[in-house]
Amino acid sequence: MIKTSAKSVPALLSARKLACVRDERLLFSGLNFDLHAGELLQLEGPNGAGKTSLMRLLAGLLPFSEGELVWQGQPIAVCREAFYQSMLFIGHLAGIKAELTPLENLYWFAALEGIDDEALLEQALRQVGLAGYEDHPCHQLSAGQKRRVALARLTFTQRPVWLLDEPFTALDKAAVAAVEQLLIAHSQAGGAVILTSHHALEELPGLKKLSLGDLL
Amino acid sequence: MWNWLKTLYHRLGSPKWFYQITGKWLPWFVAASLVLLTTGLVMGLAYAPMDYQQGNSFRIMYIHVPAAFLAQSVYMMMAAAGVVMLVWKIKMADVVAQALAPVGAAMTFISLVTGAIWGMPTWGTWWMWDARLTSMLILFFLYLGVIALREALSPQEVAAKACALLAIVGVINIPIIKYSVDWWYTLHQPASIKLTEKPAMPASMYLPLLFMVLGFYALLGWSVLLRARAEVLRREAKSGWVRELLKDK
Amino acid sequence: MNLVKKTNAAAFCRLTPKKVNSPSLMAVFIAACRREWQLQVRRKGDLINPLVFFALVVVLFPLGVSPTAEILAPVAPGVLWVAALLAVLMSLDALFRPDLQDGSLEQLLVCGYPAAPLSLAKVLVHWLLSCVPLVLLAPLLGVMLYLPFQAQGVLMLSLLLGSLTLSLVGAIGAALTTGLGKSGVLMTLLVLPFYMPVLIFGTGAMQAAIGGHTALAHLALLGALALVALVLSPWAIAAALRIAVSGE
Repeated sequence: MIKTSAKSVPALLSARKLACVRDERLLFSGLNFDLHAGELLQLEGPNGAGKTSLMRLLAGLLPFSEGELVWQGQPIAVCREAFYQSMLFIGHLAGIKAELTPLENLYWFAALEGIDDEALLEQALRQVGLAGYEDHPCHQLSAGQKRRVALARLTFTQRPVWLLDEPFTALDKAAVAAVEQLLIAHSQAGGAVILTSHHALEELPGLKKLSLGDLL
Repeated sequence: MWNWLKTLYHRLGSPKWFYQITGKWLPWFVAASLVLLTTGLVMGLAYAPMDYQQGNSFRIMYIHVPAAFLAQSVYMMMAAAGVVMLVWKIKMADVVAQALAPVGAAMTFISLVTGAIWGMPTWGTWWMWDARLTSMLILFFLYLGVIALREALSPQEVAAKACALLAIVGVINIPIIKYSVDWWYTLHQPASIKLTEKPAMPASMYLPLLFMVLGFYALLGWSVLLRARAEVLRREAKSGWVRELLKDK
Repeated sequence: MNLVKKTNAAAFCRLTPKKVNSPSLMAVFIAACRREWQLQVRRKGDLINPLVFFALVVVLFPLGVSPTAEILAPVAPGVLWVAALLAVLMSLDALFRPDLQDGSLEQLLVCGYPAAPLSLAKVLVHWLLSCVPLVLLAPLLGVMLYLPFQAQGVLMLSLLLGSLTLSLVGAIGAALTTGLGKSGVLMTLLVLPFYMPVLIFGTGAMQAAIGGHTALAHLALLGALALVALVLSPWAIAAALRIAVSGE
């Protein structure tokens, strides 16, 4: 097992000299970080610094030009499936189908984790304040409500690593605070989160920051 | 051996190296194609004996056959370049694939047009739904598809990968298309003169053909290298070595 | 339900599912089929439009060529097949684009399960919902084109087998052009050359049936094509989707 930091526990996820080129433009290079259990890593940087690209790269949606990702001490190339099955990614677009009801949307995400428990999903929707909307198609919901459907996944998911790209977009204050609590609960239970956000998250325990703008 | 492969890999990834090495190859391709094509044409048009059935019209074969040869092999090359691009992520393979596509389409078009011109005196019609002509026409559309896809997609890396994938799908399908068209043709049995395969061509007839085929391949190398080099310059326009190169001129 | 650190009134609490074990690929495949079914059933327009298109194209021929049985009957197999082929192609255009636009495609690719079988689920459900109705409509249009009765069964069978290949191959083109806002014509250009073998064997089967021969050879070839497409095209579709998403 490679020791990737001063801590004795190997990092859940480490990046080594990552570089990303998009459209002939170098977004970042030589990027290193370690993500341990219980940590929240907030990506910072001005617009266009490559925060979203880094997220998509970590999620496997973008190829990286250089460097490597290490998942629990193993290069990602040899444990691809294990890594992606341990990861939950919610991007700008959350993958909520407008034609389906919130409940039907959650069925699929729950099925990916082997959960087939309608009562649990209904409970999840009540948690995020969508009680009574279970059977409305999502195109009748507001942007913030759709976001809540996506974030309802966070209440039941068993995946340890969360990648959240601007999770607070379109949410009201109460919901933002609630999601923050969810992040705390997750990190305290031994999970890890990487997120981008323009919200100040200072009071969250285990918060680390990674700045993208000044790498070049 | 491994190190040698590694250097080769890095070199192939370098546009500058590609530009320089192809600059050295270019004159050879130019010379080879000029010599071979001139010899082939003079021999084929002036010295080859007249065909006892078709008279002089058979001489269009010296353009038609090499063009048809290239039409098919360029697609294979394009797909091979696509595999190299997708598997080893060598960008120069994509430059070559991009350069190959219009040349292949042009060759297919030439073989279709010369086929039609040949068809008039031989079959008495400009176009016939002959199995080979039909397959060639479909091949032409396959080329147009690859070219159109590259035009439509951006950014470049996406277009490159998509075209590579399409070319590979095309190569898997070409035998199926060819087989099905042959089947279709034999089923419909059109009442017409079929161009009979002559048992043996005299050397004075096939030697020029051989020269022409080789000449066409050299011409292909020439034009593809020219196009690929121009494309490398366009893609690398912002890099230091291209700026320096252009400053000198 | 266990509450973790309820400091804020608005906390969303973590829920604990009863049993959690990584589901098998088969379970995920079935869940994907189920979701696609729910989804596509609700897009009624997308299901009905190709059928109307099919019927309309067929109606153009009596108007454009001649309404007499002597002229229509011989061209009926070709007309029906070409119209069905175009209808399938049209129906595929919007197969992946909404998924790209709402992020479902991303979720499909990051879910930790191979994308090829999951995109196959999409195509299969689409085939069931779009192509099978087309097959059921075909005999009616066949009657209108004076198609001999003995060819009707072969028409349906050949369309059923052929449309599976058409869907799978067309989905590759749809996936390649997903990133484009509008791609109707480009997709047609990409996909139609690959449709020709299916057209040849499909109409061949009907010609054989009309001529009183057995259509078994053609149908077997159509079946073989469908099998090959079933095995190979999901990988191409998945690769094309990955390429499309990497361009976003």
